[in-house]
Amino acid sequence: MSLTLAALVASITVFVLAIFLGFELISKVPPTLHTPLMSGANAISGITIVGALILSNSQFNDGNPGTAAWLAFAALVMATINVVGGFMVTNKMLEMIAGKRRKKRGD
Amino acid sequence: MVAPVLFDIGYLVAAALFIFGIKKLSSPRTAPAGNRMGAQGMFLAVLVTMAKMYTEGIIGLELIIGGLALGSFIGWWMATRVEMTGMPELVALFNGFGGGASALVGLSEVLGRLQRENGIPDPGVELYATWVAIGLSGLVGWLTLTGSLMAMGKLMGGFSIPFTKKDERGRRKWVNFPTWGPSWLNFVKVGLLFGGVALIGLMIQEPTNTDYIYGLVGVSCLLGILFVLPIGGADMPVVVSLLNSLSGIAAAFTGFVIGNNVLIIAGSMVGAAGLVLTFVMCKAMNRTLTAVLFKSYGGGGRETVTRTKVGSDPEEVAMACDGIATCVIIPGYGMAVSQAQHAVKEFADLMEADGVEVKYGIHPVAGRMPGHMNVLLAEANVPYEQLIEMDDINSEMPDCDLVLIIGANDTVNPAARSGEGPLGGMPIIDADKARQVVIIKRSLSPGYAGVDNDLFFEDKTMMLFGDGKKMMNELNAAIKEL
Repeated sequence: MSLTLAALVASITVFVLAIFLGFELISKVPPTLHTPLMSGANAISGITIVGALILSNSQFNDGNPGTAAWLAFAALVMATINVVGGFMVTNKMLEMIAGKRRKKRGD
Repeated sequence: MVAPVLFDIGYLVAAALFIFGIKKLSSPRTAPAGNRMGAQGMFLAVLVTMAKMYTEGIIGLELIIGGLALGSFIGWWMATRVEMTGMPELVALFNGFGGGASALVGLSEVLGRLQRENGIPDPGVELYATWVAIGLSGLVGWLTLTGSLMAMGKLMGGFSIPFTKKDERGRRKWVNFPTWGPSWLNFVKVGLLFGGVALIGLMIQEPTNTDYIYGLVGVSCLLGILFVLPIGGADMPVVVSLLNSLSGIAAAFTGFVIGNNVLIIAGSMVGAAGLVLTFVMCKAMNRTLTAVLFKSYGGGGRETVTRTKVGSDPEEVAMACDGIATCVIIPGYGMAVSQAQHAVKEFADLMEADGVEVKYGIHPVAGRMPGHMNVLLAEANVPYEQLIEMDDINSEMPDCDLVLIIGANDTVNPAARSGEGPLGGMPIIDADKARQVVIIKRSLSPGYAGVDNDLFFEDKTMMLFGDGKKMMNELNAAIKEL
């Protein structure tokens, strides 16, 4: 698969627009949510798990896995820790805040 | 046979879930749903990728499932056993793993291409774009990994050396995490950054030379270490926030490496989000990002404590608390360290039972993470509306009968108003304007900024020296006995 200039420009367009989107999305956040937001966003940056999956698959294809394959495997484990741990920790923090809010409303 | 376009639609849905997830995470009511949407988006992205690999012929399935299971178990185990106080360190560690994973993907891709025939494209758009993306994801990714590990060490304050003799309290030898950074180190850092960029250029010139690739790994790792080394613990919120942004950027570059839009979207969105938070933190401290990153402070030249103050006892403080009408509690990192939030809440309950109006003054950079105090107090079931932000509480301070400061120092140091010294110009909570001040702290030593706190030595100030939780419990007991 060869990369064309048009495809590259399309990717850069997506990149730039997503950056603007990110700025607009979280411009207003109450301080209570700063830590959960940082943690949740961090879990989403674990999306690199997709890259690790694709490479783990393609690098093992010669049946005799070399350095590149094991690096991809290490990336897969690290990205999975980031994703699973990140979402769980965020959930843990949010449950505390939500639990307190429920008590406030008295239900 | 599933049409490949279905996979792209799946990725699009995942990206949309991330966008809604982040949006919902910014409001208390919808935040749990937002986090779930993010997790669903991630699950979908993984599922689509697995399905796509399955149709294209999956090879290392056992290893892939094994890797996912291993990572899930470690992540689950860490997230389950973490204490509230350890949360910032864990976020820093996870962040480092994310950056490291992106860097490893880039490294694996370039080494894989070197092994394959026709793996290296002829000079042209593909070579330049792919190699620049590989180089940048490596540079940013390795830097994020080592920088986050350094930040984690600084947040913990130090580490115990394994296999040394335990003391009577069962703790091993403790070593403080170093903070060191003469001004010439900035030139080294900038030099390393340019060196890294130059190495990317050399990689493109000579793609088969692995020396450049491993050189870039070394330079980036060193840069991450030196980047965080001179920055004091008080500035860690800014650093972790910035590193969070960088791990997103690294993921976006990885997206360019493997040509996948969902990585580019999610990564750059996180990059922007982390940067917004970073500037929020800088603004709260009235410092610029450049000052945090390049002006070392809190390191050498610390003032030594020459003045003394006689400590009070809990009974004395309990009597001072008797008959007051308003009380403001100002928590800091010390409350987090000693896990005193429940004892603080009990104190507030005792005061309220006595008809005292209790509020909490939350400094934007109290603790080691944005919103650190809010989360801790939430855990202790403190009502949301009692947590007052700095600007709002400051207008009430002159009418406040008693302020209780627990484990905070720099955020209430009047020296910040003078506009000079390391704290110069940082907004503070005007605790010194209250009629009486009670400070619970382990010693008179200066905080992270290394500046003596005049508030400790004022006549209206009572110091309770000791562990935050222990002193709070003794104070509560003394109040009950009155």
